[in-house]
Amino acid sequence: MSHDDPTHGAGDLFVIGATHRTAPLAVREQLALVTKSPAVVHAELAAIPEVREFTVLSTCNRLEFYGVAADAAAVERAQAAFCALQGFEPAEFQKFRLQLRGRDAVLHLLEVASGLDSQMLGETEIFGQVKEAYAAAQAGGFTGAVLNRVFQKAFQAAKHVRTHTAITAGQVSVANVAVDLALTIFGSLAEARILVLGTGEIGEKTARAFKSRGATGLAVASRRLERAAELAAELGATAFAFEERAGRLADFDVVVCSTAAPAAILDRTVAAAAMRRRPARPLFLIDLAFPRDIDPAVAELENVFLYNLDDLAKIAEENRVAREAEISRCRALLEERAGTLWRHVEGLLAGGRSAGGPTQAVRSPV
Amino acid sequence: MLAGLTDRQWLWGAAGFYLAGLLLGVVSMLRSGKPSGVATYALLVVGYLAQFVGLGLRGRAEGGCPLGNPLEICQFTAWSAITLYLAIGVTFRSSLLGTFTATFAAGLTLLSLAVPAWDATRRSHIFGGNPWIEFHAALALFSYGVFALLALTSSMFLLRHYSLKSKHLGGWFSFLPSILDLDHIGVRLLVAGVVLLGAALAVGSVYWVRDPDSVGVLKLAATVAVWAAYTVALGLRWRSRLLARRFAWTCLALFAAALLSLGPVDSSRHPDTDPSPRRAAGLSPR
Repeated sequence: MSHDDPTHGAGDLFVIGATHRTAPLAVREQLALVTKSPAVVHAELAAIPEVREFTVLSTCNRLEFYGVAADAAAVERAQAAFCALQGFEPAEFQKFRLQLRGRDAVLHLLEVASGLDSQMLGETEIFGQVKEAYAAAQAGGFTGAVLNRVFQKAFQAAKHVRTHTAITAGQVSVANVAVDLALTIFGSLAEARILVLGTGEIGEKTARAFKSRGATGLAVASRRLERAAELAAELGATAFAFEERAGRLADFDVVVCSTAAPAAILDRTVAAAAMRRRPARPLFLIDLAFPRDIDPAVAELENVFLYNLDDLAKIAEENRVAREAEISRCRALLEERAGTLWRHVEGLLAGGRSAGGPTQAVRSPV
Repeated sequence: MLAGLTDRQWLWGAAGFYLAGLLLGVVSMLRSGKPSGVATYALLVVGYLAQFVGLGLRGRAEGGCPLGNPLEICQFTAWSAITLYLAIGVTFRSSLLGTFTATFAAGLTLLSLAVPAWDATRRSHIFGGNPWIEFHAALALFSYGVFALLALTSSMFLLRHYSLKSKHLGGWFSFLPSILDLDHIGVRLLVAGVVLLGAALAVGSVYWVRDPDSVGVLKLAATVAVWAAYTVALGLRWRSRLLARRFAWTCLALFAAALLSLGPVDSSRHPDTDPSPRRAAGLSPR
């Protein structure tokens, strides 16, 4: 069976859509289901009788329709219906379109769920997004024997790849690398007290990364106290005046600096004074500012660990390279699973055809 | 003999399992870049049980705790360290602590078995049939096992500290526990060791007061010095005078001194007791 022939036999598994690999951001913005709820798209697709099963996956990096269609024309009708809904010219959509069928569609889903097709290689957020998309379609009764099988096996494959390869090892963003380092020092963030000095974008991102990974004791200090209070409110943190930083330094375990100050705002004397008040507890200083906020001589102090933007970026880059080195191993694992799964799906599709109707359980709640 | 194996064969078996745990940890790190946590733990459990049988056979032959020669002292110390690892190691199972403990246990047990002189003779009835003296000796050696584990966690602390300061965080370093966890476990082990050795000395002192000649001066001085040094280290740690790297280095240095003290302690035990050949003590030939 050819996977490239768009006109071949009835009852085929397909995926159509646009991803960060096929479409630029401006196009993805137009295609994104921002103003339309997935339920509206589900209703549009459900109105096409030849589309037997479907699931819509919409993230910032991709919009994909996975489905089982009676024929190639049904796939085109589904695409036309979506373009009409979004007000997007079908001919224009063709330019950016990802279209895969059969085994290739299966392999694509496995790679997407495993984070192999993500812009940030190996990220795990996509796994949850695929799960949510599948759950929504399943709840609406839009999945049947084929998609249920394919998605459930995709989740198993993604877990297998994450467990047996290093594709998710190490963080690849500066903010998450900083959080990982804090865990390397403190073991847990539950009791760690974190101070964010400055409200620059990267500092804010890092603060959010700490918050999302379980940190609760956050505080923000900035020259603009109202901005510090604003960010603190968003983070569920406390805010205080920038001038108090030196006196309160000893109260914190992690300090994230990202101010626009032209010279260092934390020097060795201040840090040494803070350490004298908390000698048994390490102090982790993260300098994300340019020019640097923290005097490099602070790193010489016992129990003080200082990392600047370059240090974190270097670690993130090393992790990214390590993840890329795992791609071939992951692909080999997923190819094998996709092959086995596709053979099983072919049987299901053949069963659906011989029965002369939709695959089992389609469009009824499972 | 048990299951057709002599006490030494059981002990060799135990050493083999500890060595296998070490090799497995190293090979796993080289091949997959991560420690074989569960497998190493399982090998240490099997080795621990084999060593328990080996030491048990010796204890039965002796009719008391098997601490009659350097081999038995080394074996008992390694066994104590493994006991503690099995108790606290669950928390660190996926880290390198298992491989570190396997290294220590394999090294000490293999060395003790490989030196014929250490098991050529053994003192029998060294406790004079007094279970309290036996308890004192066992407790003292168990505390050495605690200090051994403290030395291992201190080594891990120094490696973790180096990795954080030098910003080399990948590879083997990524499997070290957090620096704060290592510091906390170090303090807890130090407290446990000081309390255990202190209790052992307290029990021993009751009999020493009754009969000062029963304990050699060298032994008395060495054991009290070891306990006092660890107690001072603990006091300084509590007062935040001995922290981080200095604390870790101190724990390593003290353990080296404690190991060296075993020589004078063993040689000055019961100077009036004649060494008896191993066969006469009911043990298997080497």
